Amino acid sequence: MDLTALLECVTTLSCVVTQTTSGLIIGVLLFLVGAGLTLIFGVLKVINFTHGSLYMLGAYLGLTGYRLTGSFALAVVMAGLGVALFAAVFERVFMRRVYGTDVLMQLLVCYAFILILDDVVKIVWGPEFQSMGMPPAFQAPPVLFGGGVIPVFYLFLIGAAAVIALGLWFLLVRTRMGKIVRAAAHNPDMTSALGINTGLVYASVFALGGLLAGLAGALAAPVRSMSPGMGFSILIESFIVTVIGGMGSVGGALAGAVLIGIIRAFGSIGFPLFVEGLMFMAMAAILILKPSGLFGREER
Amino acid sequence: MSGASGQRISAPGSLGRDLALAGGALLVLLVLPLIFPSKVLLDYIIRVAAFGIFATSLNMLVGFGGMVSFGHGMFFGGGAYAFGLMMQKLGVSIPVAFAGGMVYCALLALVVGAICIRLKETFFSFLTLAFQMLLHSIIISWVSLTGGDQGLMGGIPRPPFLGINLANQLHLYSFSCVLLVASLLLMRHILQTPFGYTLRMVRDNPDRARFLGIDIARIRLTAFVMAGCFGGVGGILMSLFVSGAYPEFAYWSTSGEAVFMIMMGGIHLFLGPIVGAAVFMALNDVITRFTEYHGLALGITVLIFALVFRRGLTDFVAQLRGGARAKP
Repeated sequence: MDLTALLECVTTLSCVVTQTTSGLIIGVLLFLVGAGLTLIFGVLKVINFTHGSLYMLGAYLGLTGYRLTGSFALAVVMAGLGVALFAAVFERVFMRRVYGTDVLMQLLVCYAFILILDDVVKIVWGPEFQSMGMPPAFQAPPVLFGGGVIPVFYLFLIGAAAVIALGLWFLLVRTRMGKIVRAAAHNPDMTSALGINTGLVYASVFALGGLLAGLAGALAAPVRSMSPGMGFSILIESFIVTVIGGMGSVGGALAGAVLIGIIRAFGSIGFPLFVEGLMFMAMAAILILKPSGLFGREER
Repeated sequence: MSGASGQRISAPGSLGRDLALAGGALLVLLVLPLIFPSKVLLDYIIRVAAFGIFATSLNMLVGFGGMVSFGHGMFFGGGAYAFGLMMQKLGVSIPVAFAGGMVYCALLALVVGAICIRLKETFFSFLTLAFQMLLHSIIISWVSLTGGDQGLMGGIPRPPFLGINLANQLHLYSFSCVLLVASLLLMRHILQTPFGYTLRMVRDNPDRARFLGIDIARIRLTAFVMAGCFGGVGGILMSLFVSGAYPEFAYWSTSGEAVFMIMMGGIHLFLGPIVGAAVFMALNDVITRFTEYHGLALGITVLIFALVFRRGLTDFVAQLRGGARAKP
């Protein structure tokens, strides 16, 4: 524990700026992964334990896309679409069979896929740590703000996540597809009785979750190293995010993600060995005080 | 076997039969090294004992309590580390450290359980998983105490007690067999007491249990603590076997393996998880010999069981014997 360092940091503008930006970076990535997790839960009432693996797949597809095309933007899009396609197939072929059965079977199918995907990544991309490196477009001198140093890529990442979040909001609130998704989340039997193909809705929701996780993985690739099994820690963190925000609530995922990002960034200065513990304490506090989460509906 | 509820709910008065079965099994296990003096076989049985106790304790939650924990590995790892650290740092005797490890797991289960049992089904699964990963990350980052990702340094001392020297393979084997049979008998007995039947009722119909004035949270928490305690016994036995404790013990894959063991063995029979543990260990050894892509092979096996067979091995046996399929 190093409270003096923490105190020193929060009283210096440059440190506050640096830590807040790195907290936001963690936050926006967690939001993208957590939003998919919470959407899938909202509609299908299953927790997709493979969501971290989808993030991993996105990172590796992004790496390959970048090496093939040399364009980071193209690589991110390819990764997002690739993972979305995979998620839709995964839902239709495997997950579909375990809805409504006991949790044990859902857990086992996910457990199997975490193992399989980790090994597939090992076979295709190799077991060693890999990194994409910073694309040349972002190799500009960092922006100075209030004495704090902000890499250009961080600004891009926050901007890109904001655009994706807006797109997601538009999709869910303003389009027919969003209406159907929300209806299916609310009452699947009624939605199906109204002549809506709920199977298609389920697959689309999985695809949307996969798209977000894939985009997050590829967007994070320049600043995070990759290794098989990398998805697991982000799975746990994004779960914490969705519990804090309220399962099923996309807005809650955003609030929870930013909160966790800030806790991580400042906690790493004050309690370097206890950062994970801090996140869990935040989650435990929410679970005890408001079990449905900050923005969750009271139902479960 | 009669009725739809199957063999699992045998008459409460069957303690005598259980004792006789346990005694017979123990006798066979203890005579085994005289007939097959194979080191490999004995090592295999020791590992099956460790994971068998561990999986059976998980099945107290999954099969009998309807609480699908995905974080049971925290007790496997927690028990192993608590035991190992007590042996290394405090220099106590093995029985004292053994009891200490169990107490540690009980306390851990009490704290984690108090938070987790508030949640239902898949949330409960995920939350237990999350707490397990917290323990894992503490083990990894608290290097000065735990040795970090290298595991407990320097091995766990195994001083003889009561004439038992656990550094000797035959002694460790006999110890494991006694421990396995005693733990199973104890867990079986717990599940046959009124508490065990209350737990089943809470699983099948929590609302009715609540109407009858049963404190559901308390029953669930009690089950969680007991399962954690026995899970710790499995971990302690494993740490005695490898003379060390490693962060992998507390990793999520340990929990996944245990969940698969009980599913593969069958959650409907008390002894299903033991069958699952034995088959899993054999399967594991075969897979590791033939491929380095262990996860891929294991994952496909899990998928076949979960999506094609949709039931455990002992369920097939029960079906062949003409019984109606037991309710999960």
